[in-house]
Parts: sequence; structure tokens; C-alpha cells
Amino acid sequence: MSTDHLPESVGGAGHGTLTKDAAADDPFKDPGLPEYRPRVTDLDPKAAKRAERQVALLFLISIAGLVGSLFCYTFISNTAVVRVTGLGTVNANNLALGLCLGFAFLAMGSGAIHWARTLMTDVDLVQYRHEMKSDPEATAEAVSEWKQGVADSGFTKYPLIRRSLLTAMLVLPLPAVWLLRDLGPMPKDRLRHTLWAKDQKLINPNTKQPLRAEDITVGTLALANPEQIYSPEQKEEFVDQLAKAAVLVVRLPQNALKGSEEQKKQQWDWSVDGIMAFSKICTHVGCPVALYEQQTHHMLCPCHQSTFDLSDNGRVIFGPAARSLPQLPITVNANGELVAVSDFRQPVGPSFWERG
Amino acid sequence: MSATTAPLTGDKDNEATETKTDPVSRWADERLGLYKGTKSLIRKVFPDHWSFLLGEIALFSFILILLSGVFLTLWFKPSMTEVEYHGSYYPLNGVSMSEAFASTLNISFDVRAGLLMRQVHHWAALIFIMAIMVHSLRIFFTGAFRKPREINWLIGFTLMILGLLEGFAGYSLPDDLLSGTGLRIASGVVLAIPIVGTYLSYFLFGGDFPGHDFIPRLFTIHVLLVPALIVGLVTAHLILVFVQKHTQWAGPGKTNENVVGLPFMPVYMAKAGGFMFVIFGVVFLLAGLVQINPIWVYGPYTPDQISAGSQPDWYIGFLEGSLRMMPNWEWNLWGHTISFNVLIPSLVVPGILFTGYALWPFFEQWVTGDKREHHILDRPRNRPTRTAIGVAGITFYGVLWLGGGNDLIATHFHLSVEALTWTFRVLVFVGPVIAFWCTKRIALGLQRRDKDKILHGRETGIIKVSLDGEFSEVHEPLSAGERYRLTAHEVQKPLELGPATDENGVPRPGGRGLRLRAKASKAMFSDHVETTVEEYKELEAGHGHH
Repeated sequence: MSTDHLPESVGGAGHGTLTKDAAADDPFKDPGLPEYRPRVTDLDPKAAKRAERQVALLFLISIAGLVGSLFCYTFISNTAVVRVTGLGTVNANNLALGLCLGFAFLAMGSGAIHWARTLMTDVDLVQYRHEMKSDPEATAEAVSEWKQGVADSGFTKYPLIRRSLLTAMLVLPLPAVWLLRDLGPMPKDRLRHTLWAKDQKLINPNTKQPLRAEDITVGTLALANPEQIYSPEQKEEFVDQLAKAAVLVVRLPQNALKGSEEQKKQQWDWSVDGIMAFSKICTHVGCPVALYEQQTHHMLCPCHQSTFDLSDNGRVIFGPAARSLPQLPITVNANGELVAVSDFRQPVGPSFWERG
Repeated sequence: MSATTAPLTGDKDNEATETKTDPVSRWADERLGLYKGTKSLIRKVFPDHWSFLLGEIALFSFILILLSGVFLTLWFKPSMTEVEYHGSYYPLNGVSMSEAFASTLNISFDVRAGLLMRQVHHWAALIFIMAIMVHSLRIFFTGAFRKPREINWLIGFTLMILGLLEGFAGYSLPDDLLSGTGLRIASGVVLAIPIVGTYLSYFLFGGDFPGHDFIPRLFTIHVLLVPALIVGLVTAHLILVFVQKHTQWAGPGKTNENVVGLPFMPVYMAKAGGFMFVIFGVVFLLAGLVQINPIWVYGPYTPDQISAGSQPDWYIGFLEGSLRMMPNWEWNLWGHTISFNVLIPSLVVPGILFTGYALWPFFEQWVTGDKREHHILDRPRNRPTRTAIGVAGITFYGVLWLGGGNDLIATHFHLSVEALTWTFRVLVFVGPVIAFWCTKRIALGLQRRDKDKILHGRETGIIKVSLDGEFSEVHEPLSAGERYRLTAHEVQKPLELGPATDENGVPRPGGRGLRLRAKASKAMFSDHVETTVEEYKELEAGHGHH
């Protein structure tokens, strides 16, 4: 907004500089730079000599630290540890190098600063500022040069060239984006599916053995992955599949279940005598949920404290997650091993636009 | 082509009058014009104040980050290929992990000085971002962003954002359990972006999360793209500081038209160069003494594991807190999911906070209509509303940041994490309001104290007993220099609009924009304490009568 059309008072400070035109009797006027007060090193040659020796000593300490670091690097084993009060057991090589170089740099730096403060000039100099904007002659010259350049180019004279060039410039960024297409595959429905499928065994990730119904008692929290994830053809995608398929297995007594009769029935039907599998991937932003409260059957995500009630269909009872932890329907096969009935009936993990 | 009658160089007559220079400098000058290029820079004057060192801390820690970073790239392998670890760190022997993680273990345990450099890199990065932020706040609270420095403000702001990105990228590279969890959260945030989020996530990660592409891609961003941008912008930032000359505090002899201080060569070369080594020293001592980011304790990243009390580096804490305290709002509309529980805390809130911060100088200039150059810094108390808004912003950020540690606060102080989260949900709105009000009152109080000092002098601490037994404190008049320092600032008055139509019935120009500006001006500048020359003179005259 230009201040040109505004009433006097509106223009406020407006253009110009901030010089105060102080009257001679103005008690608030600038008294000018105070008189220079010399330092002790300016007056006393002994003090100056002392400062010189202090600076040199600091530089010598620095040399000692630098050379010391070479010594420590060479002679202290990288695996040696040392107990230091207050620090605990630490890597000796790291500690020695850090101390040597740290004190070397500190001494070098303080030497230079001490030198500047005691022996270099401390008489204030005054330099004048100039407004950043160009003076009128420079402005006129630059503008006329530019205009000459524009005229010489014929940019205004040949509209066809101008318009086609501008259009070309508009098209130019397209390849820059287009050529990045192969950064990744299309998502398709990959976020909707996991490796779980009918009869996929629930494998204990630590023992790589199938989980059996008798392994899971009330109060147990077990982890499980689909059997297929350990097959050789999944080796490449192991981590990606794990990020979707990881489940946790708990056992709840039937009388602990909450919610409507219909919900309770479904939750029980998807379990094996109260053994239930829930997705381990938080529905907020995908951290693995991990903290289980045995008494309340609450499951907490340590990232953002979303809390899910496993006895109530994995419903969110606190925190930023908006959706329940999906339950994986499971059953037991002829060998007594826990197996999935199907994949999850809804996408696991964080929400996404197409999820619906 | 003209005839070459006069030789370009080697004119013996002229050389006799020239200043004697050493052959190396002369050689360089004849090719680079060294002397004319540097003559005004050598004795360039810089004003002194502790707060001017904050930017230097950022610069010098950045140099250390570059140096230690180059060291780390000599051994780090940015690859997500799974390998089995067999190195010096026995507890992870035989564990399957990415090459990135394995090479970070290698740097920490098998490369001598590797752990030191990793810790130097990490500590320097934390200090870098801290220094940028505090430096930026210094600029904000002292009004150093005013004309002609708005462009440099924006450059500095961009550097701050780049620093945050660069820090997060570097933190994620070792592919440990903690940083991998951070990336998982980032992927969840990307997924929440309407319409394009899913595609963006698949393009970023080269498929499903975590895939095999992300660490190598992030590596290039971390060691090439962002550092190049930072180096370029830092150069521009410093050139502008030189060209526009440094701001200074008001004081006797220090005006808006001059700059008073000591010369670059030798004083600031020694002081700034020395300060650089002091920063190096502090960071190396930290790296030697204080362990940071012990990735071997966290273990390699796997998407089904996590440890309780997971915390990001400090500068990401506000985003973490923002995510934690957001209520779980999510809409399903026409088969599409809009995750307000993720979008608002991770993108909308920081977006508004940072955009507002970046544009503040332009907003303030619009309100004041002040188009003059300002080289004298504001004392924060003399701009109470700006100061109060700044403190409100810090409070808002601070509550978000504390919220990011709600689990640790809960376990340390035996509080309920739910109650804490609710407290932060309320505080994030109430806190800034209280902070604004308190700051403004304190600023105005300090202005009154200044006024008191100007009019009645400094309290000496000497108590006098009069003959009647009355106790009073002796006040000593301020020196002329101190009086000038306290009165040098302009008192900004709110914009007066005047009547809507003048005496001829012609409506006032300006319209709605102007009315808005007047409102903003009133809000910002109505409260002020002014000490006038008249008040001072009247009081002086009064003293004369005694």
C-alpha cells in the first residue's frame, strides 16, 4: 500500500531517515562517543608482557593437546574401556581424543580472543552507513541500459517469439516432475492386504515355531508373523511385509469382553477360546503398539500414547488414533497350531486417503 | 581493433609511485583485482554485543558439521541391504540388519575416532539448530528484521527450515530402531495428506514402507542437496550482513547513520576465529564426555519393535508433542479418509506457526507504514506487543515441545499420562494468552522503570536520614549518555484515522484495508510509556526551586 494518498497522520513515519534534529538544550540529545579509556595493557608495559606470555601459553597448550591426540589415537586401543566417576564405563580412545582435541581447540580459541582483548586495538572506529537504494544517476543508467537491452532483443517487437518462449517456459517444469515417475510403483491396493491368508500359521518370531493354543494363557502377550513371511521368495520384501503383518496375540476370558452382544460374539468367534490376534501396527501413524496392561487389557502405543482396549474390539480409549486395532480372525488346525482364517477384514496401519 | 601503442603493464615510471606489495599478492591482484575488492573490507567495523555471537555459533557449528560429516561418509554405507553383523560389538553379533546400521556400528566401534566424529557431528547438529533458533529470536525481539534486512530475514528463516530437515535426515540415516520409528511416523504423516498422500508415500519410499530405496535417497539429500543449499544461503546471508553493515544498539555516539565498533582486521579476525575454536573445543569435549545417540543400544530398525520412552532429537519434539496432544478426529466422506488427527498437528499447526513467523516483518511494516531504514536495535521492552507476541509464540512452541515428552514427564514425576495430555491440550491455548499478557505487563513495567530512571536518576542504595528522622534513598542523575540510550527510540503511536468524511463530505481514502490497519496499529501501539523532554525539563526546574 502506498502512503501517498493518505492523510498526514496516516502516513506515519513515512520515508526518509531517522536522524533526530536535537536542539542544543535537548537533555536527551546524543552526547557523542565517550572518551576512550585505555586498558591496563595499554598503560603498563609489564601487563602487556604478561598478556603476551598468557596468549603464548594458551597456544602452547593447544599444541600439546593436538600432539596428545595423535598419541592417544595411536596408542590407546579402540576397544579399551575406562571407568570414570560420573560418566560410567566409557570408550577410552574416544574419551582421550575428545579431551585432547577439546582442550586444544579451547586453548587455541581463548588464546586468540585473549590476544584480541588485551593487546589489539580497542579504540572504537566510526564508519558511516549509506542507504541501500541506488542513487538517481545509477538508477537512471541501469534502467536505460536495461531498456536498451530489451529493445536490442526485440522482445516487445516480436510477439510471436515472446509468447512461444513464455509457453515453452511454462511447459519446461513438466518433464522435471514427469521424469520422477519411476521413483516408486503405484500403490494400487497394497495397503489393503497383508500376507495373512487362510491357514497361514502364526509363527513366533523368536523361535520361528508355530504358536499353539496351549502356549497362550490369560495374561500372556505373544508376537506372531505369518508363516509365509519366512519363505525364500519373501526375503526381499520381509521388512515391508512385516510392517503390515505383525500381530500380537493375547488371551482374554469371555466375561472380560465389552461392547454390544453382536461385537462380543464376533470378537469371540474370531478367537480360539479367547486367544485373539490383533494388528501390532498402530492405526495412528504406524508405530508398533507395545505396552500391554494385563489387568485392564489395554494396549498402549509408546509413540503417541494411543490406547486401545483389546477387550472391547481394540477400541481407542485414549490418544490421537482414530480407529480400533484390527483383529485377525484365527482358528486352530488339526495339529493344534494357531492359523489365520483369512487376511484382516480391513486395512491395517495408518489411515490413507483412499481407505474410506 | 585499435593499435597497441601503450603497453598494459610494465610502465616503469608508474611503478615507482606504487605501494610496495609482495610478489604473491601482486600476482593474485593482477588476476583478481584483490586490492580494490578487499580494501573496504579489511578494516570493516563491527559493533560488539554478546547477542551478535549467536549467529556465529550457528556458522561455526555448521563448519564442524561439514568437516565431521565428510569424515563419516568415508565409512558410512547408505544401503538398506540386509547383512549379518560380525564386528567388534559382540551383543549384536550375527544379528540381521541393514548395511547402513552395520556401517554405523563399524564407525562407532572399529574406526578409530569414528565414535568421536559421530558424536561431534550429532552434538554440533543439535547446537547448530539451537543456535539458529535463538539467533532468529534475537533478530525478532530486537527488530533487526526491519528494512533493509527483510530479505536476509527470509534467507535466515529458510536456513532454519533447511536445518530442521537436514537434522531429521541425518538422524534417520543410521537406520536404528529409534530413527526408523521416526521415519515410520513420517510415512504415516505423508499417508495422511489428502488425495496425493498415498502416491507420495509410494514414490518417496520406492514402494511399501520401508522398502530398500529410502536410506540411499535420503543420503543424497543429506550430504549433497540440502548442504549445498545451506552453504549457498549462508554465503548470501553473510554477504548481506557485510553489505548492509551490522545493526547496533543505541548508545552515546551510536546512531542510525553510523556503525561504531572495532575493525574486522585484526580484532574480529582474532575474536571470531578464536570463537570458532572455542565452539570446536566445546563440541569436542561434549563428544568425548557425553554419549549421544548410542544406536547400538537401540538396535537395528524393524517395524514390529519399539522401546518405551522413544524420543526424537530435541528440535523435532514440538511436532511429536503436537501429534500426541491432538484429539482423534478423522472423517470418512464419500469413501475417502481425512485424518485431521495427523494433518492438523503435523502440517497445519507448524505451517501456520512458521509462515506467520516468516511474514512478521512484512506485517509489522504494513501496520506501521514505516518505510525507513532501521539500523538501531529495539530494546524488546520498547515494543511491548511484538515482544509479547513473540513470547506467546515461544510458549505455544514450548507447550508442544513439552507435550512431546509427556511419557517421560509422567514416568519421572509419577503422573498420569492422560492427565498430562489433557493439561497440555488446555495449556497450548491458555499458555500463550497468559504469556502474552504477562510479557506485555512486564515490558510496560520496564518502560516505567526507564522513565523513572530518566526523570529521577539511578537508585544508589544509599539511605539518608533527614533531621526529622525521615528515611530516603539518594538518587543519582543519569549520565547524558545513559539518558540518550534510554530515550533514543521512537515511541510508535497508533494510527489515527480521523473522520470518515472530511468537511466537504469527501470520504476518507483507504477503505477497508486502512481501517484494518488502524485496528492492528491500535492493538499494537496503544500501550506505551513516553518520557518527554518537557517532563524532564519541568522536573529539573522543580529541583532548582529547592
